[in-house]
Amino acid sequence: MELALFILFGLLAVAGALNLLFQRHPINSALSLVVVMMSLAVLYWSLGAEFLAAAQVIVYAGAIMVLFIFVVMLLNAGEEEQTHGSKIAYIVGIPGAGAIFCLLSFVFLSERSHLGSTALGGYLSNAVSNISEISHVLFTSLLLPFEVTSILILVAILGAVVLARKEL
Amino acid sequence: MSHLTNFEVFLLLSILKIAVVLVITLMGVAYTVLLERKFLGHLQNRWGPSRVGPFGLLQPLVDGLKLFLKEDMMPLAVERPLFVLAPIIALGCALISIAVVPFGRTTMVHGVDLFQIANVNIGLLVVLGVTSIGVYGITLSGWSSNNKYSLFGSLRSTAQVISYELALGLSLVGIVLRAGSLSLRDIVNSQAAHGALSWNIFGGFQFVAFFIYLMAAYAETNRSPFDLPEAESELVAGYHTEYSSMKFAMFFMAEYANMITVACVATLLFFGGAASPFGHTFDHVASGAIASGIISIFWFVAKVFAFLLLYIWVRGTLPRFRYDQLMDFGWKFLLPVAMVNILATALALAYHG
Repeated sequence: MELALFILFGLLAVAGALNLLFQRHPINSALSLVVVMMSLAVLYWSLGAEFLAAAQVIVYAGAIMVLFIFVVMLLNAGEEEQTHGSKIAYIVGIPGAGAIFCLLSFVFLSERSHLGSTALGGYLSNAVSNISEISHVLFTSLLLPFEVTSILILVAILGAVVLARKEL
Repeated sequence: MSHLTNFEVFLLLSILKIAVVLVITLMGVAYTVLLERKFLGHLQNRWGPSRVGPFGLLQPLVDGLKLFLKEDMMPLAVERPLFVLAPIIALGCALISIAVVPFGRTTMVHGVDLFQIANVNIGLLVVLGVTSIGVYGITLSGWSSNNKYSLFGSLRSTAQVISYELALGLSLVGIVLRAGSLSLRDIVNSQAAHGALSWNIFGGFQFVAFFIYLMAAYAETNRSPFDLPEAESELVAGYHTEYSSMKFAMFFMAEYANMITVACVATLLFFGGAASPFGHTFDHVASGAIASGIISIFWFVAKVFAFLLLYIWVRGTLPRFRYDQLMDFGWKFLLPVAMVNILATALALAYHG
């Protein structure tokens, strides 16, 4: 059951990502990205990370992507023109992407024991509540990174306010 | 049912629950429309629909038939796939969130809870997530219509929904803190001890959160006084200007299904869900499993109904906001008040509990 979910939504995520690249209209690309986000959320959930899944849907698919689409609509961006691109992109890009893929999969496979792993659907038995676990970790051992991140976001908000104030 | 395995029982009961809840929700949607027209009519000193059937009770069926038989216009300049997809997203998202709502007391039959389709341990987040996906229906409908009024309507609506989603989410944090869980069933159970006194709005001192939730929810469902996305005096009909026939009906149903969802969530979070306001005082009157199940559903439906009436009353009473007032209200008033409410609740819990 979990395997079927994984295959289905894994394929959907890959298809959405490819569609994102091949679509010529920005709105269609943005919507493909929404599909990718949603499929990732299902994958997280099938791994037992239901809080992460919900956050993925609410934050990424529900807020950030809506803003993307909002901007595309507001600017009324038309279809992109298809260009052939530079030759360097073809010569360097494709082997480069392949090399990065190989490197990442090598690292993930060889360091598997250090990274830790979870079984598909392993945590779905309701044995542990993963929200309380996440919050416990977040507010004890990872408190400093958490607070630093929130300050970073605050700085970003202040920056946006400063930029917007010129026009007020 | 002894020859069926546990999984088969679960599957059959789940399908049955989904079918029953879906039918009841759709009927509820249809009759909320009638309720609104009747109630609004009486508020304005007229009768409302009264010709079809006794008291106009068959009006929703006739309306549905009318919309079904109308010509399904497809304007030439629309972005066709998205134009068709938008109402489906809107209605789908509006109906999905009912799935996590517990609408009666826990009644286990063969290990399956009869009065809740899915008891998800992050039920509240699921509701919020599904609502946030529902924005796409409105956004895409406006954009794909290729009509400036539609686009304006959907831009307004998107901005409004994203802004008020924050206040809505933050107003619920106090409840989650009190219940210590995101499961809607747990939240309801945490308020069931002493009747109305232990409901979050009274005993939990969450009335500030309740009013924030109420206002944010009105904005979230694009209902008056925040119905700027379809302000007919400025934007023809807003985002669904170009829609006709069943596609229009889907937007219409989505709006009312959203109202019902919001009313359900308000009932669950602030008014004890299916719990009786008298607590366990009258439990001995109807102590059988069936009777107590029916009574719990009665309380739930009564509370939801009261919320729907409130919705309509507000619509009949308040004028529409101006757009900048709407944004100011959401960001400069509701959001800070919601944060103060979280702080106060957290401090009170840390001090007492």
